[in-house]
Amino acid sequence: MQSLNVQPDLLEISSLTKGFPGVQALDHVHFMLRAGEIHGLLGENGAGKSTMIKVLTGVYRRDAGSIRLDGQEIEARDTAHALSLGIGTVYQEVNLLPNLSVAENLFIGRQPHRFGLVRTGEMRRRSAELLSTYGLDINVTEPLGSFSVAVQQIVAIARAVDLSAKVLILDEPTASLDANEVETLFRILNDLKTRGIGIVFVTHFLDQVYAVCDRITVLRNGRLVGSRPTAELPRIELVSMMLGRELAAEALHRNQRPAVTGDPLVAFKDYGKRRLVEPFDLAVRPGEVVGLAGLLGSGRTETAKLIFGIERAETGQAYVDGKPVRIASARDASRLRFGFTPEDRKTEGIVAELSVRENIILALQAQRGWLHQLTRRRQDEIANRFIRLLDIRTPDAEKPIGLLSGGNQQKALLARWLATEPRFLILDEPTRGIDVGAHAEIIRLIERLCEDGLALLVISSELEEIASYSDRVVVLRERRHVRELSGEDVNADTIMTTIAGHQ
Amino acid sequence: MMRRHLPVLITLGVFIAGYLICLAQFPSFASTRVIGNLLTDNAFLGIVAVGMTFVILSGGIDLSVGSVIAFTGVFLAVVIERYNVNPYLAFLLILGIAALFGAGMGLLIHIFEIPAFIVTLAGMFLVRGMCFVLTTDSIPINAPIYGQVTDIAFSLPGGGRLTFVAIVMLLVFALGIVLAHFTRFGANVYALGGNRTSAQLMGVPVGKTTVKIYMLSSFLAALAGIAFSFYTSAGYSLAATGVELDTIAAVVIGGTLLTGGSGTIIGTLVGVLIQGLIQTYITFEGTLSSWWTKIAIGALLFAFIVLQRGLSAASIRTR
Ligand SMILES: Nc1ncnc2c1ncn2[C@@H]1O[C@H](COP(=O)(O)OP(=O)(O)OP(=O)(O)O)[C@@H](O)[C@H]1O
Ligand SMILES: [Mg+2]
Repeated sequence: MQSLNVQPDLLEISSLTKGFPGVQALDHVHFMLRAGEIHGLLGENGAGKSTMIKVLTGVYRRDAGSIRLDGQEIEARDTAHALSLGIGTVYQEVNLLPNLSVAENLFIGRQPHRFGLVRTGEMRRRSAELLSTYGLDINVTEPLGSFSVAVQQIVAIARAVDLSAKVLILDEPTASLDANEVETLFRILNDLKTRGIGIVFVTHFLDQVYAVCDRITVLRNGRLVGSRPTAELPRIELVSMMLGRELAAEALHRNQRPAVTGDPLVAFKDYGKRRLVEPFDLAVRPGEVVGLAGLLGSGRTETAKLIFGIERAETGQAYVDGKPVRIASARDASRLRFGFTPEDRKTEGIVAELSVRENIILALQAQRGWLHQLTRRRQDEIANRFIRLLDIRTPDAEKPIGLLSGGNQQKALLARWLATEPRFLILDEPTRGIDVGAHAEIIRLIERLCEDGLALLVISSELEEIASYSDRVVVLRERRHVRELSGEDVNADTIMTTIAGHQ
Repeated sequence: MMRRHLPVLITLGVFIAGYLICLAQFPSFASTRVIGNLLTDNAFLGIVAVGMTFVILSGGIDLSVGSVIAFTGVFLAVVIERYNVNPYLAFLLILGIAALFGAGMGLLIHIFEIPAFIVTLAGMFLVRGMCFVLTTDSIPINAPIYGQVTDIAFSLPGGGRLTFVAIVMLLVFALGIVLAHFTRFGANVYALGGNRTSAQLMGVPVGKTTVKIYMLSSFLAALAGIAFSFYTSAGYSLAATGVELDTIAAVVIGGTLLTGGSGTIIGTLVGVLIQGLIQTYITFEGTLSSWWTKIAIGALLFAFIVLQRGLSAASIRTR
């Protein structure tokens, strides 16, 4: 038994190096994880965080360097091998297996069995038990795909936690979770910590880093920038370590602007659908940002889907420029020059084999019809403009998008809709999985789009963020638009109390 | 819950409706004789279809099964009749050879990441060619066991017979169901069909599973070949051409998604029976050309694929 006070090095990575064609993803990186600590691994999109995790767990082969676990040199052949060494991982892009039941997802490869047969009953019971520690009471025999992204993410975490005997790695696990779920996760992480498990936690939410991490390691462009105890690393310094430059303090905040007036560009009267969202009124003017805030499942995404015609409204009427319009499908919406970046970009958006350029022009080309091909010059122009504008880290526009880091894929998807030059754009969690630097870029971009007269509807779980750029905020609770905040009321505290429901 | 079983239920509904139509026109469809024959005549198809279901569930395809069936017949005829090998030994030999062949295809698919379509297409030509290397004639098999096996049967009340091959087929289905739904291997097959990358990252032994899947498919194809040779009592190089496509049709009609990850073994049984039913109907009818079987199956297949698209679109929508 090891004493927790000594905190021996559990995992020791030295001089780890890994290159891909055109990029040096890891360049002599050192990393040390102690038993019983939560270690934040931070860096911009494309810094090499996921690559380090994948090399460690045998998904990629390293070019050079050594990895020691408990003092023993290890080289994982594949994830199954890494698991057997006691390293459990939630990968950034997984997505377990939506076609299998929740129980099978939790236990695949280690199902309880007797005489070669899986003991289904036992497996179900244990799955239900396991998930109940996360406050999740669901039917574990249902296919995983029938549950929300948040539930899927919790299942993925529960699986990895249950599997990790020594090391637990979480690559942006909290992206789809609401505040309560995050709290539950942290409680469980702290519990694991006291049991001597070492935890690597990758995230772009700095609040979360400061809430749970004992130490922080920062990577930039595949190199180690530094490793420090959280207590000795002020936020400002952390950000500049990540970016390699200072981020202006006001970058995350929008300049105070006078209220937008004039006629609404889009308006919805009494718009609703049974069991989805109760009828609501909503209007957005050109140059205005309206935020949608509320807990997960409160009807935010559902509102967006209704507006964009993915779900068909049963009551009410939509107006564009004051004239009644019919939005019965996403095609109708895009013909009216609406744009929509969905929340679940991991699975709904990218075409992994196509190049960054092709992914960016996809929506624009589809809108023009395939008979009106954009010339190659024009395609290159558009792609390169957005790569610059959003700082998408890629050697060039021709790289298959699937090979970009997670955050950079998201930026490219954002670019896809911006390229269509919509008049009204719906952004569902636009900054999820995107690093602080690009975060500020996107917020500045939102501002710039507004100045050009674009009407924006933005959904976000980050209250500070939504308060910073919204002119008005609509708060939802239990599938109802409960209150619209404007002017002075647009601040995180008021939004929070409105969500909580005690006014 | 309901939605997951919908494809199978629809298949079952189609079978029952079809059966009732047949029954209305030809009352003898109720006799155990017709039912017994339905099972016997489609036994070999059923046996391969079980293997094919595993392949398709994993997101692959196996085009070589028809050739393997033909090769099995030719091989048995040659070694039993020309070289006087003990028939039981011959059965074991061919099952072993087929399993090795399947394992080889699985390895190629996994290691070189070549699409299953290409590898098994090559396998199909290769094995069919091997048939002709062995012989170009149709060789009758006269071993006494062939006569004996055909005589083994349970008499059903009403004059029907549940023959040995029909029993083997039902057994294969029963084992297939256990394998697919109650073993780790089965879960791995579904995992592969769901998303190969995710499966790999979750620690599913992708390579081993792939090899086993194609091994199983070829093994069952050889077993079907043995059943087929009981049926025809001969080995012929051009036998069972196009059977791979009939098999795939049975699996898809049985509610298995061609893209993998979703489906059942029991559905495949119903799929096979639907095909058999159509064939029997056309035989009874007497005036229709047997090509109507193909046309009916084509129409059904099309309907089922459209239906599956609809169902999967609907399930994405309600998420
Ligand atoms: N399979 C691959 N082939 C080629 N290049 C790759 C591959 N995987 C990653 N890269 C490149 O390696 C670099 C590091 O990517 P990585 O995914 O590790 O970033 P990250 O730090 O996880 O970023 P994010 O915060 O966006 O997830 C990126 O430039 C990316 O384009
Ligand atoms: Mg990453």
